[in-house]
Amino acid sequence: MSENYDVIIIGAGIVGSMVARFLSKYKLDILLIEKESDVGMGTSSANSAAVHAGYDALPGTNKALTNVMGAEMWPEISQDLGIPFERCGDYVVAVDEEDLKMLNLLLERGQANRVPGLEIIDGDEMRRREPLVRPDTIGALWAPTGGIIDPFAATIAAAENAVMNGVTLKRDTAFEDFLMDGNRITSIHTSRGDFTCRWVVNAAGLYADEVMHKAGVRPEFMIRPRRGEYVILDKVDFQLTRNTILFPTPSDKGKGIVVASSLHGNVIVGPNANFVDDKTNKDITKEGIEEIWSGGKKLVPGINRKHIIAEFAGLRATGNAPTPNPEINYNQDFIIEIPREVKGLVNLGGIESPGFTAAPGLALKVIELLEEAGESLVEKADWNPIREPRPVFRHLNKDEQAALVAREPAYGRIVCRCEMVTEGEILAEIHAPIPADTYDALKRRTWLGTGRCQGGFDMPRVTQILSDELGVPPEDVTKKGEGSPLLFRPTKNVEQDHLTVEDLI
Amino acid sequence: MKASYDVIVIGSGPGGLAAAIAAKENGADDVLIIERDVELGGILLQCIHNGFGLELFNEDIPGPTYAQHFIEKTKGHGVQTLMDTMVLDITPERIVFAINKDLGYLELHARAIVLAMGCRERTRAQILLPGARPAGVYTAGTAQRFVNVEGHMPGEKFVILGSGDIGMIMARRLTIEGARVERVLEIMPYLTGLTRNYVQCLLDYGITLQKQRTVNRIIGRDRVEAIEAVSVDDAWNPIPGTKEIIPCDTLLLSVGLIPENELSKKAGVALDPVTNGPYVDDRFMTSVPGIFAAGNVVHVYDLVDWVTEAGYVAGKGAAHFAQTDKVETGTEIPLKAGENIRYVVPHKISKAHLAEETVRLQMRAITPIEERVLVTVEDQNGDVIAKKGEAYARPGEILTLAIKPTSFDAAQKATSLTVNVRKR
Repeated sequence: MSENYDVIIIGAGIVGSMVARFLSKYKLDILLIEKESDVGMGTSSANSAAVHAGYDALPGTNKALTNVMGAEMWPEISQDLGIPFERCGDYVVAVDEEDLKMLNLLLERGQANRVPGLEIIDGDEMRRREPLVRPDTIGALWAPTGGIIDPFAATIAAAENAVMNGVTLKRDTAFEDFLMDGNRITSIHTSRGDFTCRWVVNAAGLYADEVMHKAGVRPEFMIRPRRGEYVILDKVDFQLTRNTILFPTPSDKGKGIVVASSLHGNVIVGPNANFVDDKTNKDITKEGIEEIWSGGKKLVPGINRKHIIAEFAGLRATGNAPTPNPEINYNQDFIIEIPREVKGLVNLGGIESPGFTAAPGLALKVIELLEEAGESLVEKADWNPIREPRPVFRHLNKDEQAALVAREPAYGRIVCRCEMVTEGEILAEIHAPIPADTYDALKRRTWLGTGRCQGGFDMPRVTQILSDELGVPPEDVTKKGEGSPLLFRPTKNVEQDHLTVEDLI
Repeated sequence: MKASYDVIVIGSGPGGLAAAIAAKENGADDVLIIERDVELGGILLQCIHNGFGLELFNEDIPGPTYAQHFIEKTKGHGVQTLMDTMVLDITPERIVFAINKDLGYLELHARAIVLAMGCRERTRAQILLPGARPAGVYTAGTAQRFVNVEGHMPGEKFVILGSGDIGMIMARRLTIEGARVERVLEIMPYLTGLTRNYVQCLLDYGITLQKQRTVNRIIGRDRVEAIEAVSVDDAWNPIPGTKEIIPCDTLLLSVGLIPENELSKKAGVALDPVTNGPYVDDRFMTSVPGIFAAGNVVHVYDLVDWVTEAGYVAGKGAAHFAQTDKVETGTEIPLKAGENIRYVVPHKISKAHLAEETVRLQMRAITPIEERVLVTVEDQNGDVIAKKGEAYARPGEILTLAIKPTSFDAAQKATSLTVNVRKR
């Protein structure tokens, strides 16, 4: 007897989690499945951590529409979900006449997309606002609705709020195939059994094309991952004057290499954009780091390689779908549709940048599509949109820290010294509605192990805490799920081996 | 507990222990050690190999035994300790903010502070190691803690990058524990750790060291599956045709240590960009009056015995400061790194101190000289104030030289001193 749901969402990245959270408003039995060991491990975990204002996408595209929707929604959603978000605004920096032309084009696009508050400022004003910008800057586009977000917290909080509101989350559960009755989807086959449903929402990110193909939909649609590499600078050593994102003028390769503040306090530099063939290839490369470093240097000459404390790479789910409006010549739009060929499928495909920003907008579009398809969505009386934030020791002032540790002593033991993460925070996340049960899951939630020692100090301690709290031997604690153990076996133990003198001679 | 102390020592490794003992022996009444771990001893506790104590005790003993000697001495001297406690902040006025589970948030006032936070290991990210980011990439010291303190093996088949001491010592340790060390790779054309460790840890166990060879790529999605090694030229450019895939499940990094000075920065202590540690005088006082620094927090030593000695000097200085609120230095002479010297510690010496006590200099060479060398301390006119012969000079092995009170007269006309190491 398989479990029965109204809606199954494939993929618990920011898009799937946000769809689950918004759908949890309604009287629906919802299952959210994720093939990885945790939510938000794919594209949602490795990006510029930006909320884009919406001046990049061509007017009339799905990207433009949902980007601007999302940018407008994030301030309230971040409040409700208790996650860090700052509408600090962003700049596109121009250094020559060509760039200035581009600024005007972006301004026009932005206005057509109804992005509020856009303004072109001159070089002096740009340097006044950010003295670290390259000295030959001659102008910039200022977008006050751009912002920075904690992408890990956002995805986890959206999924957690969905779970609080009755959504079933199954991690380590990979979609394998659809089971159909004629052209109607009746259930899905996964690595953890079959689940019946009336609707499937395809939010599979990099794998959205493969999910569609299993349903016999859009055989021509292909996702080709475009890898973006980043470096992170030590927060003690380098900061922008105030939180913002500095973009170069965009090219056909995308929005370009940015120098951006992050809500974790570190400046981030990247990404480049290079196609790779393997959807798991998140390698960082020598050439890539050189590329982003020279890009970052161009914008902010004062960055220093000695201050790099981490590198990472993420994959954009770049698709080849044309914009629904045939008059717009653009072949990398988001797919937001209920395909005609089958019944019971909602496709969200090709969700590359600005997908993170757009996620709340995409969730609203899914609701709209379901209603158009005749689904009568009835709101629950007891839906709770609020997820209370948990204490973050390093964000508190001295008095608050003192009060917290007096109340809960576990907040008085610092486990990660660089980022000042306490045992209290770690325990809270291990026992949260979506339990953090791997090292990286704790890292994404608490920011432990991300500082200048990169886990060298905390890892043995965190491994022990996970072992104790999960009730498993340390050898079963993993970095990021199945196949990624941190430890292999206990060291030799002569006593346990019961060696006798006779054995030895 | 008390809210103010004569001397607060931050960290209980060899530098911190010695500083606390010396502070007590030189008249400080209330001396407190703050330690973030649950036991005193610092990293020595995971250094279960021998090689400690040769200089100070003329004995070859393991790290924990070495530590125990000083731990007992601190107990005997009535040094107070706060364990499992993290220092969060230090002000230039010598207020220490710390936190632990039992006592909560603490504000402690010190007449003098000794910074003894030691050093941390350079990581994968700092050396920009390309490839995937799976489980199984550890710094050698983290692996050492897993094996020697926690009792768990972080892998079975290892490649070690870097010929630093901890890496070589771990190569031997892992082999004894039944693991296989496939290779030790060193990007430099020379060994970066001590020769004795190369002999005792690699040669004796048949472990291959390859110089001018490094990791070009880490392979493996969930756990390390292999690394790609490559040979490099003197400018670290990969040499075509030298790639080799080495199957392994773990990559250990022994690629350098960095003094741990985040707290020092908070206290406003000026740091030397070459050592990454505070600028110090011959009593190991930093740029902030009353704040001293001892051991690997100043620069990375290769022998614990020298760390202990530095701790004694710093602790004595701190005790004097605590009692007088000042240090009598008189005229100070700056010390500079000269020919083939990367840095010299301390950064300046006091003529008044030199009249009564020996000042030990610690230097690191820039390039190896594999023949007899002369280390000289020269004044602004090139007159030699002190000198010492050595069999060789290697960047991996610190050079030390003691300026004795007998040099006091010669140093009187010095306005600056330069240290050089040259072929004899």
